[in-house]
This record gives sequence, C-alpha cells and structure tokens, in this order.
Amino acid sequence: MLRFTLNRLTQSIVVILVVFSITFFMIRLAPGDPFASPKAMPPDVRKVLVERYGLDKPLAVQYFTTMGSYLKGDLLPSMSYQGMWNSKIIKDAFPISLIIGLSALGVALGLGLPAGIIAAVRKNTWLDYGPMSLALIGICLPTFVMGPILIAIFGLKWRLFNVAGWFEKTDWVLPAVTMGLIYAAYIARMTRGGMLEVLNQDYIRTARAKGVPGWRVVLVHALRGGLLPVVAFLGPALAGIATGSFIIEKIFNLPGLGQHFVASVFNRDYSLILATVVLYAVLLVVVNFLTDLLVAWINPKVRLS
Amino acid sequence: MPPLRLLFLLCSVLATAGLTGCGADPINAREGAREKIFLINNKAEPRFLDLQRCNSVTEHHIMLSLYQGLVSEDRNSDKDVEPGMAEKWEANADKSVWTFHLQKNAKWSDGAPFTAQDFVWSYRRMLRKELGAQYAEMLYLLKNGLPLYEGKVKEEELGARAIDDATLELTLVGPTPHFPLIACHTSWWPVPRHVIEKYGGIYDVMNPWTDEDKLVGNGPFKLKRYLFRQYLQVERNPHYWDAANVKLDGVRFYSIDDDAVEERLFRRGQLHATYSTPLSRIPDYLKNHPDIVSNYTNCASWYFRVNTTRPALSDVRVRRALAFALDRKSIIDNVLRARQQPAAGMVPPMEGYTQVKEFSFDLPQAKRLLAEAGFPAGNGFPKFNILISKNEASRQIAEAVQAMWRQNLGISVGVTQQDFSVYLTSQQKLDYDICWAGWNADYFDPATFIDMWMTDGGNNETGWSNKDFDQLLADAKQCADAQERLGILTKAEGILMRDTPVLPLYFGTRTRLIHPAVKHWPQRLLDNPVWYHLDLVYPPPASSMDAELNRN
Amino acid sequence: MSTAVIPATLAPVIRPGRSLWQDAWARLRKNHLAVACGLVLIAVVLICFIGPRLSPWNPEVTNLALKASPPGTMETLADGSMAKHWFGTDTLGRDLLTRIMRGGQVSLMVGLVATSVALLIGVAYGATAGYLGGRTDAVMMRFVDVLYALPFMIFVILLTTMFGKSMLLMYMAIGAVEWLTMSRIVRAQVQGLARQEFVEAARSLGLSTAVILFRHIIPNVLGPVIVYATLTVPAVMLLEAALSFLGLGVQPPDSSWGTLIDDGATNMETSPWLLIYPAAFFSITLFCLNFVGDGLRDALDVRGGKD
Repeated sequence: MLRFTLNRLTQSIVVILVVFSITFFMIRLAPGDPFASPKAMPPDVRKVLVERYGLDKPLAVQYFTTMGSYLKGDLLPSMSYQGMWNSKIIKDAFPISLIIGLSALGVALGLGLPAGIIAAVRKNTWLDYGPMSLALIGICLPTFVMGPILIAIFGLKWRLFNVAGWFEKTDWVLPAVTMGLIYAAYIARMTRGGMLEVLNQDYIRTARAKGVPGWRVVLVHALRGGLLPVVAFLGPALAGIATGSFIIEKIFNLPGLGQHFVASVFNRDYSLILATVVLYAVLLVVVNFLTDLLVAWINPKVRLS
Repeated sequence: MPPLRLLFLLCSVLATAGLTGCGADPINAREGAREKIFLINNKAEPRFLDLQRCNSVTEHHIMLSLYQGLVSEDRNSDKDVEPGMAEKWEANADKSVWTFHLQKNAKWSDGAPFTAQDFVWSYRRMLRKELGAQYAEMLYLLKNGLPLYEGKVKEEELGARAIDDATLELTLVGPTPHFPLIACHTSWWPVPRHVIEKYGGIYDVMNPWTDEDKLVGNGPFKLKRYLFRQYLQVERNPHYWDAANVKLDGVRFYSIDDDAVEERLFRRGQLHATYSTPLSRIPDYLKNHPDIVSNYTNCASWYFRVNTTRPALSDVRVRRALAFALDRKSIIDNVLRARQQPAAGMVPPMEGYTQVKEFSFDLPQAKRLLAEAGFPAGNGFPKFNILISKNEASRQIAEAVQAMWRQNLGISVGVTQQDFSVYLTSQQKLDYDICWAGWNADYFDPATFIDMWMTDGGNNETGWSNKDFDQLLADAKQCADAQERLGILTKAEGILMRDTPVLPLYFGTRTRLIHPAVKHWPQRLLDNPVWYHLDLVYPPPASSMDAELNRN
Repeated sequence: MSTAVIPATLAPVIRPGRSLWQDAWARLRKNHLAVACGLVLIAVVLICFIGPRLSPWNPEVTNLALKASPPGTMETLADGSMAKHWFGTDTLGRDLLTRIMRGGQVSLMVGLVATSVALLIGVAYGATAGYLGGRTDAVMMRFVDVLYALPFMIFVILLTTMFGKSMLLMYMAIGAVEWLTMSRIVRAQVQGLARQEFVEAARSLGLSTAVILFRHIIPNVLGPVIVYATLTVPAVMLLEAALSFLGLGVQPPDSSWGTLIDDGATNMETSPWLLIYPAAFFSITLFCLNFVGDGLRDALDVRGGKD
C-alpha cells in the first residue's frame, strides 16, 4: 500500500509536469494573444505589455522561468486583467465551484444510486421503466435547456430563488440541482447496468441460497461490484465537477473557476490558463488515485501494483 | 458501506455549503432604490482600472463614476459640454490655445488637494511609451504631444502648462474649435500622482495603486469593493467638488456577458438597468413595455469589412454589387427589430454633418455591376466566407445576408465562426474574405468613423488604400473652420463609399431595460451614463411590469 | 454445474452451432420493447436522410418576412402553390422540419462515428491496460490522465486554425476525448476478470494475449460498455454543437440537432416550438437508442438468461 502510494506520487508528478509543459507550449501556438482588443493596439503599446510580462524572451527561457515560479508556489499575475493575481483568482473562485460541485454530486448520488438500484432489482417493471425514462430525460435535456427551465419555474414564477448571482444563502441550490440532475441520470443508468451485471453472479446466488435477506444481498453484496462502472466514471468526472462547469456558471452568473477557465482561453490569458489547467491536473491525479483505491477495495481481485 | 458513508459526508458538506454559500450583501432593485444604490449590468470585466490604460466601453462607464475631466458631456445634449473639474474656460481667437479655470473646491477622493499640475503630470505620463496607453494618440493634439511620445522633446515643452494651481493652459497643434467635446474623452482626465508614486513605478503595469483599498479618483464616486467576476461597487465621494448635487449613494457594476441572464435578473427585480436586451425579446418589450425599455440610437455603425486583396473582392464593382444587394430594411425589420436605421454610408447621422448616402437596396444595379465585373448571374464567382465571432445577432445577420447574396446574386457564400481572439487576429492578418464588424464613436465627431480607414491605419484591416482620401483627412486636421472641416470629411467619406472597402449595413441602437425607479436615464447618442445626475425613486412608480418587478 | 457458470466464450464448445451473437440475436428478437425502439430508430434515420428530398422546402432558403412563425403556417412556393410549414419556421423564416431532418443527418453521423471511435479505442485500450496490469497499466493510465487534464478547448482552437474546418477533424476531436472515460470503465472491469478462472484456463491453453482479450475478456465487459456507449451518444451530439461555436463542426446555414436545440433555448419563451421539436427528435432517438442498448445488454448477458 505504501509502495503503491509512493509509486503513484512519482507518476502523478510526472503527469502534472507533462500537462504543464504541453499546455504551456500549446497555448502559444493558438492565434491571438492576451492583449488583443477590437480596437487595434499600436505596436508601441503592445511592446510595453509584451516586455512587462516577459513574452519577448525566447520561449524556452519563459518556460523555465514560469516553472521556477510555479515551484516557488507563485502562480504569476493574470495577463488580461491588470492587478489580478492568479492565486487570488483561484482562491476566490475554487470554493464556489467546489460547493456547487459537491452539492451537485450529492444530488446526483442521492437520486441516481437509489433509482439505479431499484431499477436493476425490479428489472423490466414500471419501477425500472419509470426512473430510467426520467433519467433519459435528464440526459436529453442539456444544461443550457434545463437551467433556464428550472430558473423560469423556481426563480421567475414561484420566486423561491434568485435567478442568478452569488449573494444569498440559497444561491447554490438551483445550479447544484441543474448540474446534479444530469449526473444523476448518468449515475442511475450506470448503476443499473453495473448491478445487472452483478446480480446474476455466483456469489450473489450463493448469498441468496444461504438465506441472506434480499435487501442485504442487494445493498451489501451486489452494490459493491455493481458500483464499479460508476466509480470509474466518477473519478475523472469528479475533478471536472469540482472545478466548475462553464455553462452552469454562465447561466447562473457564478464567479467560479469554470468561467475563469473559459474566459482565460478566449482572452488567451496564458498565465491564467496554465494556472487553472495545472490545478485541474492536480485534482485529477488525486481523484484518480482515490478511485483506484476504491476500485481495489470494491473488487478484491484487483491488486494494487 | 463507504458509498453510503460518502453520501452522508456529502450531505453534511451540502448542509455546510448552505450555511456558507453566500459571497456578498444581498440586494435587489427595490432595496437598491431605497438605499440609492444603482444596480447596472456593465457587460464585461474591466481589464484595466488604471484610467490612462482604459480602452473599452466597459471601463469607460466605470471611469465615469470614479474620475472627471476638465469638462463633461452635457447631460441632455450630444453636442455640448458642461463644467467638470473646470468651472469655466476660454480660447484664443483661432481656438488653438485653451485656458481652463478649475473648481475652487477641487480635491482628490482621499482629500488631497487637486491642482492644475495634476493635469499636466497626467498628460506627461500618458505621453510616455513606457506606460503603453492605447489612447495616447488622442493627446497628440497637444503641442509637442507626438514629439514627446517619440522622446524628441523634453517634458517641459509639452503644450500643457499650469499657470497657477487653479488655471491650466493647453496649447494645441492647430485650431480646434470642437476641443471641449474631445476633452470629454478619458484620455484627457487626470490621475492621482501622489497615489501612483506612493505604491510603485509610475509606468509599471504591476503598480498596485488601482487595488480596491488604494484607488483614488476625483469623480462623484470612489471605489468601495471589487469582487472579480461578481461586481464592482462605488460609493459616494464626499470630496467631490459638487458632492451636494450627487443623488446616488453608490453604483454596482455587474459584468454579465449573457443577455439572457441579465434579462432574467431584471425580470426577477435584481437589476436597475441592463446592458442590452436579448434579440428574441426585443419586439415583446417594445410592444408591451414601452415604459420599461429604453431604445435609442447610439452613434454606432455596423458594416462588413471586405478584404480588398482577395480575388474577385479586389474588384470595386464586385464590392459595390454586394453592397447594393443588401436589403437593409428587411434585416432591421425582421431580424434585429430594435429600430436601427439602414446605413447608406459609414457615418451615422450627426448634427451639422452631411452624410454620404451611397447605397440603397438596388438589385438591378447590383446584378449589372456583377455582370460588368465578369460574373453574370454569379457564374464563376469564387466561393467566399463571411467571418463572424460567436454572437447571436452576428450569426443571424450573417445567415440572412448569406441567403440574400445567394438568392439575389446567385453567388455561394459560407459563414465561418471564430472565437473572439481568433476573429480579431484574422482581421489584423487580413486572413478573411468578408468580416462582420461594428464601430462605436470614441467621441462625438464624424472623424471617429472616417479616420480609421486611413492607409495602414490600425483599424483599417481591409488592405484598402487611397491617397486622395489620406490627403483629405490630413487637410481636415489642419482646418480651423468647423463647417469647412465637416465638408472635407464628407468628401473623404464619399471616396470611401465609392471605393467600398466596407459595406455599411445599419446604424445601431441601444435597447436597455430600465427599472421604473430610475430617474434621468440619458438618451443621448453617446451611451454614457451621467452618474452625478442619475437618481432612484423609492417606492418605484407604477409601471407595466409591476407584477414582476414589485414582487420579492 | 449450471450453464450460468460457463463463461460466455466457452459456450460454443458446449453448444456447437450457436455462437454468442446468434444467441444474443435470438434473445434480442424476443424483447418487444427493444425491437419496437429499433424500428423507431430506423424510421428516424429514414426520415432524416430521405425526408429533405420529399420536402417542398429548401432548409437554406430564408424568408425574413416570415420570421419565426408557429407550426402550421402556410407559405406560397416558387411555383405558386401553397405549402405548410408543419413545425413552423425558425427566426429567419426557414422551414423547421426540413432543418431538423438535415440537422439529423449531421447529428446521427456524429453520434455514430464519434461513438464508434470512442468505443473502439476506449475498449481496446482499457482492456489492454487492465489485463496486462503492472507497469504497462500504470504508463497507459497516466497517459490517459494527461489527456484528461489537457485543455480541450485550446486543442480545438488549434485544430481549426491549423487545418481549417472540416467534419473529419470534428469526429477526430470528439473521438479523442470521449474514449478516455470509456477506457477507465473497461479497465476497472477487466482488472477483476483478468484473474478469474476461465482466463487462467485460456492462458494455460496457450492462447495469445490478443485472443484472450478480444475473445474471452471483452465479451464479458460488454454490459457496462453498451450502457456507457448509449450515454456517449447524446454527449457527443451536444459536444458537436459546442464545437460549432468554436468554428469546428457544422457552420451556418447548416444545422445539427445540437445547434437547433441551442437556438431553441435562446428563443424558448417567445417561440417554444423552436426548442420543442428539435428536442423531441433528439430525445426520441436517444430513448430508443437506450432501450435498444438495454435489450442488447440483456441479450449479451449470458449469465442472466431467464428472468
């Protein structure tokens, strides 16, 4: 276990380094730069900015100085917004995305898991078709349709929530539900699939034959194996959920990481792109490490190597 | 069962999230009206808070609350100014030397004394390459402005001089009868020397003097709070020279980019003024809520740039054929529906200026020109693309025009969407065929729409060049007589339209939703809020949207 | 010993003449819901590919004066006769039904091609990593991690600026992201299978890794694969719409279900039919696809023959 963890740590550092390097060079290949504006910028003005951010130096030099700063924990200033430091931007935005994301995950698991389990156990009955059809509607309605519909009902018609913004104690509800419903649909369908896969296995039959109560067979014995695909799916999805969904944050006007990331790409804000991508990579390797542990725990046949 | 345990954990996180899930003081339009805090959507995040680096409308509207120039745009009219930091001013006979007398009680928002030297220092700062101010060229109007920028003269030789603490004398390069109108532009406003020097290098982009707790201005308001991607809030500046007549206690600028989102916020009673109105909802608002919607022309021109270096498009007859085949009225009436005006030329209507009316919807003419260019009925015409950025209105216009050219001229046209940064780069590199674009007036003068087409002008981006046109622009700059100058500009516009590197489509309007509580929203061509004049009434008067706006 | 414990791939040995696939087909035919859904799917495909030819409307010809007209609006054709816009017209006065059919061609193709690409790469990659384990697995999965973390949007912007817009590029771009999760799911399943008795048996028979993987392991993970594949289809169709706005994918005046739904969402309150009809086509297709997928999953599930 310790060896496995150490191994993964080294591997993870390599992954982050590779992501850092590829991203660094990839964004420089894209047309445009952080100082583009609809009104043409005189060359003198551009030169001042380019020099101030060190973009006039050879790319290799920039690469190593940037990496040096990152190793010191300095994420550099944003290039598109004067006086904004990337570490502060992330510090302010990440908790918001995280709150929304985790609440969404709560909604997703709370709805998706029970629906999937019931559907699998009562296969081909109305308890299967009903929740699964609802799940399908969740999958067919993209967030940019679901969000405005929920807003129209709960925000504009019943006036229960604000339609956008991050001001009141209840402002996380609608975005979390919008995001959660989509994931709930995925989880429900994958749980059902995974459960069906397991419910007919020998060990379940054995358990049943031994007289273990039905619900216990389902929840204790079958769910373990049945969750495998869900866990494998949720691993990377979790990193995405936690770093915020651009569409959700846009519809609800939330100052989360998703908006910053997309805006930084459109602005070609080189340093902010890099900072958000690296943060995402770190989260991703951590979450994937945890899911691998979880998979090994669920499925004893898997050995951690 | 870890999955279940995980679930419990998540539920507890949820509960905590519910308790901590708020970022700022809640406020809605009714409360805002009571507390005199104006809630407006400002569309985007300011890129710079350093006044002299500002280059966008977004920043301009914020700066209007934080700073003030010598004179301000008149609250009611477009072609007049009213006193700002200067209580009165006069010019010499040929209007080339202007003297401004500052307000007696002028102060910075931190209480520091405000003097004429502040203006002089600001102009010198602006005219330094190290600063990198995009609008530095506006100050070339000052005598020795350009030479100073190029480092050829000493700072003292600049045509800006403080006669005493309260008197500023500006010597211009030539006669400029409309100088007060130009001086309304942010580039002529002052920045606080004592604050900038305190926190870092004068020309350094990283100087933190614009931080929320440091920024000092001389406008009716001062910076209170800046939450990136949430809002920027300003509060009353007690040291403003006319503080007694400022009605609002604060303004909160949101930076919502999506018009559907801001419209929902408005309907929910969370905003006093939107930036725009979603295309699909404009007809409904204009018809059913005329008291809520504020629709006015805003001195903006919308057009297609044509890349004159491309085959076929390099032929002026082809370009004119394309311009004649645009049914402008149909696009305005059926697609845009916000009472825009069809554009027959480049310059929107401005008092005193004779517009060039070159293009109308004239199909026979268009077909004839196309045939003359060697493409009868569009035969053999090379396929080209219309470049747009991702935007609902742009896409609809591009698709409508695409169909018009195909159905009317028989030529095949594609549409290419690019993300904004690529879209800008493609134009700069002339890597497009035809491109959808718009231009807002920087100041109230036709030159702002004509100057840009100068040979090698940074905003020309069409590859078009005409010596006579350039000469006329140079003449206009030297012309002392206002009326004669406008005549020269009309001639220049005539050449531009005859050569047609640009296909004019319409003159823009602004369609904002304004809460009934708002008083004195200006409806001028230049869409600049007059923050020191605006007011909010509580309780809000009755309106056609009370059912929605007065519930909470 | 019941047949249930015999792994799928050994079935032919015991019951010669009926392969896994024949078995599955026989079972699938008995699933009425799946068959009905399959027929609906075929109908949708036919409507999308043949419909535009029968329609009196050209999906690219605008009639600005008509604007967004509700379903049932009549319009005079070029030859003077009247025809009906069954689903109304879009904001530029183009026939919505014809546009949905045309858009369906794009979306169905994207759904099919991109999902197949994701399926092929993801299953092969995930199964290999999971089966081989050890260092190979570690390297392969860290590679997947890297691809996950790289900013997809920038990748797309680069693609468009370097190669221009093309449908092929779009399939590639979508396929390039969608296989990642698939490979993780397959790997998680295979990891457990790799140490089961029937695999040991196959290995002791001297079968090559490729044969073991493709004949013995992959058929056993098809259940979750099919479920996830049916979930991938809507995801890629919507991803296509997002790419279109970056300049990859369909460009105006062409449409796809994704872009039509996006249009519909912006006009939801004023012209609801612009959202309802494309969304209905999209949903019906996906519903059917999922039930066919479920049927297929059940049919391929050798252990759960009769319940």
